[in-house]
Amino acid sequence: MVSGLINANPVIYEKKERRVRSSPTVGDDEYAAEPIDQLEVFDILFNFFFKDIKDPEHPYSLEELKVITEDAIEVDDKHSYVRVTFTPTVEHCSMATVIGLCLRVKLMRSLPQRYKVDIKVAPGTHATEAAVNKQLNDKERVAAALENPNLVDMVDECLAPSYA
Amino acid sequence: MDFYDGNMELKEIQTLEGHTDRVWSLAWNPATGTSDIPPVLASCSGDKTVRIWEQTPSNRLWHCKAVLEETHTRTVRSCAWSPSGKLLATGSFDATTAIWENIGGDFECVATLEGHENEVKSVSWNASGSLLATCSRDKTVWIWEVMPGNEFECVSVLQGHTQDVKMVKWHPTMDVLFSCSYDNTVKVWAEDGTGDWHCVQTLGESNNGHSSTVWALSFNAEGDRMVTCSDDLTIKIWETDVGRMELGDDHAPWNHLCTLSGYHDRTIFSVHWSREGIIASGAADDGLRFFVESKDGLVDGPLYKLLLKREKAHNMDINSVQWGPGETRQLASTSDDGTIKIWELASLT
Repeated sequence: MVSGLINANPVIYEKKERRVRSSPTVGDDEYAAEPIDQLEVFDILFNFFFKDIKDPEHPYSLEELKVITEDAIEVDDKHSYVRVTFTPTVEHCSMATVIGLCLRVKLMRSLPQRYKVDIKVAPGTHATEAAVNKQLNDKERVAAALENPNLVDMVDECLAPSYA
Repeated sequence: MDFYDGNMELKEIQTLEGHTDRVWSLAWNPATGTSDIPPVLASCSGDKTVRIWEQTPSNRLWHCKAVLEETHTRTVRSCAWSPSGKLLATGSFDATTAIWENIGGDFECVATLEGHENEVKSVSWNASGSLLATCSRDKTVWIWEVMPGNEFECVSVLQGHTQDVKMVKWHPTMDVLFSCSYDNTVKVWAEDGTGDWHCVQTLGESNNGHSSTVWALSFNAEGDRMVTCSDDLTIKIWETDVGRMELGDDHAPWNHLCTLSGYHDRTIFSVHWSREGIIASGAADDGLRFFVESKDGLVDGPLYKLLLKREKAHNMDINSVQWGPGETRQLASTSDDGTIKIWELASLT
């Protein structure tokens, strides 16, 4: 385990105001697949999600640490595709794979099964960017990690609601 | 045999449901699927179980014949029948390989192979059934000798890959072993005549190999061509001089023949070459593709062309595609959607 904080004094940013999404109009066919638009994914990601994902090292949310910004999320509902690009707090952040794993788990639990998700470190923000990206997008590695009780505890702790 | 554009169709025969998590892999029992023995296949899953499926001869419908559980404690990643069809090997994320035997209709775990430090990712029997290979995230490949009385003795631990080894596969006729890895390479391993195993060739990016994780490989019936698939979204065909290999030269090199790109747009997890020469591929884009050798461009050497494709063959990633052993062109596919699908490639009349 990590002894001592890797980034003891992170910069804390204000949380951004969110646009309000109009409630979806109820169609004639309640069984029709409801398309997911960008704003809805932002809603999932920000209002219920990134707000509550904590940096494994700090009590702040990933949004407050600018690990995730709104611009870093791409949604293509037509092709059922989401890409999240995150920025580790320091270039050598060894928690980057854990943060990425948290993002993947939360999206797996929140989005419909048809979605394909890519999680990437923002270009130039991590010393071992290619290695982190490769690991986060290898589903066999992810599946094995999620059978590791220590890692699952860490992910669940990061995803726990803050009640703040 | 000739395959013409547009004269084949892919029929969905049946969806096999029962696993409660993603289905990783499957294996057709090679001793089944004959005129008097109905086809049998095994599938393994993130639900920690192995299921045995059998086709009912009267109505040709598949049913689950047995569930092999309470042996592996984590995901069962891979399964393989011995050539005689009597033993089933299963590799698990719990770091063990289990050997199952069908005793009077019940499958019993008759041996547990321990030694890998962590997840076992693939298992493969050699052509005679005397050797079993396993590979793991611990970067090693182990070769086990099958001894009398269901004893398995590790005869070699092969080190050379720099990252987890995704798949091991024996050559269809010779005792030459192939492994592919997260380190983007394929390695060829052969015995030197004194019982020692060595890496005799590495197919990497510098010799037209893959630029990302190599997930699977398969051989044609003659054993002189190999197909590999990768996270780099390409499928590559390799060729060797099988005559030299048969004369005892295990070091006959494999050369890149051609690269098929632009057919899948997410990671290609599985390729399998049928006995009559059709390559099937399954990928994280949920689609199936079929390729055959093209006779058109022989001036520039043999090329492969797309025969048929099926988008949305499954609702989620396709993890494995395997041709059946019988006379009909049956294919089974496994998916993250928890199902196995049986397909038939049929000629349009």
